[in-house]
Amino acid sequence: MIEQLSVFLENKQGRMAHLTGTLAAAGVNIVSLSVSDTAHFGIMRALVDDPGRAAQALKQEGFTVNTTQVLACEVPDSPGGLVGVVQALSDNAISVEYLYSFVRHPGKNALIVFHVDDVAKASQVLRESGCRLLEQNEVLAY
Amino acid sequence: MPIFNPEIECAKESDIASLQLERLKASVQYAYDHVAHVREKCDAAHVGPGDIHKLSDIQKFPFTVKDEMREAYPYGLFAVPMRDIVRLHASSGTTGRHTVVGYTRKDLDIWTECVARVASAGGATADDIAQISFGYGLFTGGFGLHYGLEKIGAAVVPVSSGNTQRQINLMRDFGSTVLVSTPSYALYMAEAAEQMDAMKDIKLRVGLFGGEGSTEEMRAAIEKKWGMLATENYGLSEIIGPGVAGECPEKCGMHIAEDHFLLEIINPETGEVLPDGEWGELVITTLTREAVPMIRYRTRDISCIMRGKCACGRTSARIAKIRGRSDDMLIVRGVNIFPSQIESVLMSTPGIGPHYEIVVGREKFLDTLEVKVELSDASLLERFSELERLRERIRSRLKSTILVDARVTLVEPSTLKRFEGKAQRVTDLRKG
Repeated sequence: MIEQLSVFLENKQGRMAHLTGTLAAAGVNIVSLSVSDTAHFGIMRALVDDPGRAAQALKQEGFTVNTTQVLACEVPDSPGGLVGVVQALSDNAISVEYLYSFVRHPGKNALIVFHVDDVAKASQVLRESGCRLLEQNEVLAY
Repeated sequence: MPIFNPEIECAKESDIASLQLERLKASVQYAYDHVAHVREKCDAAHVGPGDIHKLSDIQKFPFTVKDEMREAYPYGLFAVPMRDIVRLHASSGTTGRHTVVGYTRKDLDIWTECVARVASAGGATADDIAQISFGYGLFTGGFGLHYGLEKIGAAVVPVSSGNTQRQINLMRDFGSTVLVSTPSYALYMAEAAEQMDAMKDIKLRVGLFGGEGSTEEMRAAIEKKWGMLATENYGLSEIIGPGVAGECPEKCGMHIAEDHFLLEIINPETGEVLPDGEWGELVITTLTREAVPMIRYRTRDISCIMRGKCACGRTSARIAKIRGRSDDMLIVRGVNIFPSQIESVLMSTPGIGPHYEIVVGREKFLDTLEVKVELSDASLLERFSELERLRERIRSRLKSTILVDARVTLVEPSTLKRFEGKAQRVTDLRKG
């Protein structure tokens, strides 16, 4: 299981710059990042090398920050790579709240990060379906 | 909890009423004799000091409104020559000229006594260190509380408002136990103390708040954040300043200094006097003021009068927490809304911070109402649906309270404006 940061962002100029600037000043490296938005506000989600330090720095700057458990698994960077994973979850009635993917190094497998309503059950289902789940340090080292 | 002047504050209702009548006759006679404007108005209305035989006879007299004070700027309503005046205060007019009030030596003594009563009622004692974070200057708040708290023997720390970090440092270093400020500044300072991680070293136990109205929900938020007993007191510079009325720990209304002020509640539209318990505009007649005696001053504050002995032992009549000012009232799509109604909803909704802004505008000839609040519950961030649900919850609770559909905007913490004095939370874009 992996710690992920979720940060509330107003749809306002300069907010991303402030956020990333704060992380930079705290010496935090962003491993992967996703920003989603509605008409009213956005949420930035990120895996970083030091979630504790990142959360503290952001809170001090007045951001609303949550750290949450997410799952990360590797999938082949080729057609059909993702389907096995989401099919397994779907077959077991586990809902995916959101997911995003990234490739740390060209040529390697893709990593999928997802947040589900039942983390424990999802881990079990994925392991049984032969999927490799990564721990925090494995993602950082990937 | 000590009662500063039990002889008056716990007197029999009938004794107070006869004292009021005696003083009312004298005060109206005095104003008539010494203030030309009062004499002209009374003569035009065919009433005079001789028409007062019972307290309700005050209803025959015309009201005094703020504009008359502005027109009399600066000293037109003074009843004494400048050699008898020892202090001047003024209230800032957002729309034009100041209203100026003067005090004789005796006025200052009475003012000090009135504030000493509300400070005692609110729980302050001679053992306390009282930090005054009201502005000092022409505003009556700072000086009023200053002398009243000194009178009861508290150690007064006259910090004045502003420089919030310094407020917290002094509070911690001096060991302040009483805080005097506007409720909105108290909330702001609590937030600063939390950010500075200073809360654990702060000894505040009593808050005496005034200068602006606030809701029960806001009081609850202040008491929770500071771990203090928060009471509210009421006054206005046109009458004397703070000290007209103040809450005791029972928090069942503000005890009125009835030996110095006669209060009425009227229907703000018709001017008709309303019975006890009914909400309307507060009208005040001074009974002992020398420098600027006031007959039936329309405060524009909305409240109601309650009578009956209080559990604290006081028998004085009380006024309810001010619900709003008649000129604060917003009319949105034809519906009357007091910002305090919106505040009650927001303060009792979990997941958001205590600060808010209200923006009224107009789009395509239709009024719009936007309410901005700060998101504080980070755990909602895992699902957009949770955030949308929070917005919807606020929207529907507002709708059931104010009957108008508001657009609710969630903003980041610490981004809405904070106030060191009276809060200005409403922006009306339809004006100007």
